[in-house]
Amino acid sequence: MNQTDLRELEDRCIQECSPWCVASCPIHVDVRAMCSAISKGDFDTALATVTKTVPFPRIVSRICDRPCESSCKRTESGDSIEIRALEKAALSFGSSKKTKMRPLAAKGFRVAVVGAGLSSLTAAFDLLKKGYEVVILEGRDQLGGKVREFLGHGLVEEDIDGDFAVLQDSRLDIRFNQKFGVNFSTNDLTDEYSAIYLGMGDLAVEDPKLRNFITDLKIDPLTLSTQTERLFVGGGLVRPNQAYSPITSILDGRRAAISIDRFLEGVSLTASRINEGPYQTRLFTNTDSLGSSFRTPSGEHHEGYSSIEAIDEASRCLQCECLECVKVCEFLSTFGAYPRKYVRRIYNNLSIVMGQRHGNKLTNSCSLCGLCEEVCPGDLNMGQVCRSARQIMNRQGKMPPSAHEFAIRDMDFCCSEECSFARHQPSMNSSAYMFFPGCRLGGSSPKNVELTYKYLTERLNGGVGIMLSCCGAPADWAGKEDRFAENIASLNSHWVEMGRPILITACSSCHSILKKAMPKKKLLSLWEIMDSCGLPPVRDNLSGLTVCVHDPCASRNEPQTQRAVRNILLKLGVRIEELPLHGRFTECCGYGGLMCFANKDLSSRVIKNRIEISDNAYLAYCAVCKDHFLSQGKKTYHLLDMVFSGNEDGEAFNRPVNFSLIRERRRFLKISMLRSFWNEKMSIATDYDMIKLHISTEVKDLMTDRMILEDDLKIVINQTQKTGRRLLNKSNGHFLAHHTPAKVTYWVEYSPHEDGFVIHNAYSHRMQVVEEATL
Amino acid sequence: MTEYVSRDDFSQWMCGECGLELVMKRVEVQYMGSGYPVELPTCSKCGQVFIPEVLAMTKMAEIEKLLEDK
Repeated sequence: MNQTDLRELEDRCIQECSPWCVASCPIHVDVRAMCSAISKGDFDTALATVTKTVPFPRIVSRICDRPCESSCKRTESGDSIEIRALEKAALSFGSSKKTKMRPLAAKGFRVAVVGAGLSSLTAAFDLLKKGYEVVILEGRDQLGGKVREFLGHGLVEEDIDGDFAVLQDSRLDIRFNQKFGVNFSTNDLTDEYSAIYLGMGDLAVEDPKLRNFITDLKIDPLTLSTQTERLFVGGGLVRPNQAYSPITSILDGRRAAISIDRFLEGVSLTASRINEGPYQTRLFTNTDSLGSSFRTPSGEHHEGYSSIEAIDEASRCLQCECLECVKVCEFLSTFGAYPRKYVRRIYNNLSIVMGQRHGNKLTNSCSLCGLCEEVCPGDLNMGQVCRSARQIMNRQGKMPPSAHEFAIRDMDFCCSEECSFARHQPSMNSSAYMFFPGCRLGGSSPKNVELTYKYLTERLNGGVGIMLSCCGAPADWAGKEDRFAENIASLNSHWVEMGRPILITACSSCHSILKKAMPKKKLLSLWEIMDSCGLPPVRDNLSGLTVCVHDPCASRNEPQTQRAVRNILLKLGVRIEELPLHGRFTECCGYGGLMCFANKDLSSRVIKNRIEISDNAYLAYCAVCKDHFLSQGKKTYHLLDMVFSGNEDGEAFNRPVNFSLIRERRRFLKISMLRSFWNEKMSIATDYDMIKLHISTEVKDLMTDRMILEDDLKIVINQTQKTGRRLLNKSNGHFLAHHTPAKVTYWVEYSPHEDGFVIHNAYSHRMQVVEEATL
Repeated sequence: MTEYVSRDDFSQWMCGECGLELVMKRVEVQYMGSGYPVELPTCSKCGQVFIPEVLAMTKMAEIEKLLEDK
């Protein structure tokens, strides 16, 4: 990831784009912030928000032509927010500590501003603040120009006086009765001033020669500069036949002041002026469930809203923002921000050379499920960002070992001789198909793997082989590219040896991994085959049952698989109630991306949120999803439970499985299948396998929580039986032994019992202790 | 050098191999390429070290995490 990639990714997240009111306001008053403050009754902050941008707030809050209100999202269902009335309320009820302008240090240039309407006075105001001396040349004998036409029409003299009072500054020289073309000419101005702004209204120029001069000016709309150096033009002059827009006049004055400042500073007039003036925002705000809402009437006050009414009105503001992804993702909401911020944090985390990397947990917590991309108006996929960041961390040697090591060890076990194998169908020597059940189905229910294999051999012609192994998803999710590539190469060579059969997957993760990594292979999901080849005899006890289908996140882009699952359920007589997030918009169960290893608490919350959506039993067609939901007591069927056992099987509601049990079942599956299908006897390979452990439920739960396997304990005990190295508890006679088979040191407190050992406690650490005998 | 283990944490345990009481001794712990000296209960003869559960699950886990994020 380089700076360009980062910018491109940040740009896709539109959360920080301006709301419609702000974008359509020529000078971008932060209306959203103002409404937020007023809704809390904080009129001081609201006033500060307005005066930060608006030079003459009393006038603007009375006569602004308010383009903001017509762009307000509220108009999609009801009335716009009364923004101008709220500005007025901010002025009425807010107090400001700011009494006068605080200009920058004098810059030594004198600028002429011709005219005294809103554009000229804004230019003068902004230029004064920037440290310039300003001379206003006004044809009449008072300030205000067109603004004065509003007197008696919502505007009073005090508003004008109050607003223009800020212009009392020693660097400002106001000269009245100075008519352009009568009292002075363009040449007079260019001789005397460093820059000139012509902002007098259309009517101010009566001299035909001057009119021609102005008509001939080529005005750049972005900078308001002209072909005459030092001369800038704006206001009513440049829009002779348009309705008067006070707020656009203010924009002109502001634009001209920026240009004049840049011109006199000798820097680019055009650089970085994007989104100056009104523009189309890229923000998205979901208004799907927006109820109607209408403007708060202003009671008896002729002078606008009372403070209570203003609070009511401001509370109608939607506070427009996007957060579409954050709303549907526990991971994105947990870390307290949104993708634009996250990609920056992840990028910074990758860039740290020395020091603490605070973004590791963020990077490793994502399930990589891709729901964010589905709901994102900018198609930003945080999963892809996190996955590639993990790859970089591995390449840098900066991936915390504890994040994924357990899962990778588990994957290695699945691919080992202990539980992997490939065979053609019994008594056949070629395979048209090959069943790839994946490692988690066998770990969850070996019986369902055997029944499915039998079913496939009965329904399909040309031979159905089988391969028990892992697809490599854990390595892919952990960002371990080498380990993943190695696994795919191994799967590929087995597949070639088997005669390039059509692969049948029972797990959506395997399906998506194989589809991506082995693109030339023909892949079918088990569910499509079951849908088209017919089901085993259906038990009638399922009819009347209602379930919610939980589509695994890896099936997100497999609509045909999702359809097949629903067809099967209908054939089984099961009623389906769809979860709000299903199909393309389904959620992860908390396992994807190895979330449950890198951030267990988050994974638990993900499970909890998902299972609480409906009281119905859930139907999963990924073994991990089922096991995850069961772990928090949610009644969850696997589709194969229903297909083969109807509603009778207690397996759907069994106590949740733990890692040791999953491992045991995988080992058993290989032994059992080789024996029952191929009549082969498999010998037990390890020397610790015969050790028998007695473990209470409490200790088993503790071990699951600490990610300690029964095999780990057997290895420690086996080792200590050989060496005699252990500690003895003087009061209860328990032994305590430790051993470091690979990277983790396991401690086991145990006592011998009949044919084996009772386990009292188990814990582990990663730090290595250097143990040396004292000679 | 910090002491992480109190006498009460290990007074019940003795070396099952040598039959000797454990004594506090300076040993080296290592992780992610960094090493630190720590006082831990140790068999004075064979050097077998005792790491109490509470030390492994709290302080050691914290330091491991800090070193992993370095």
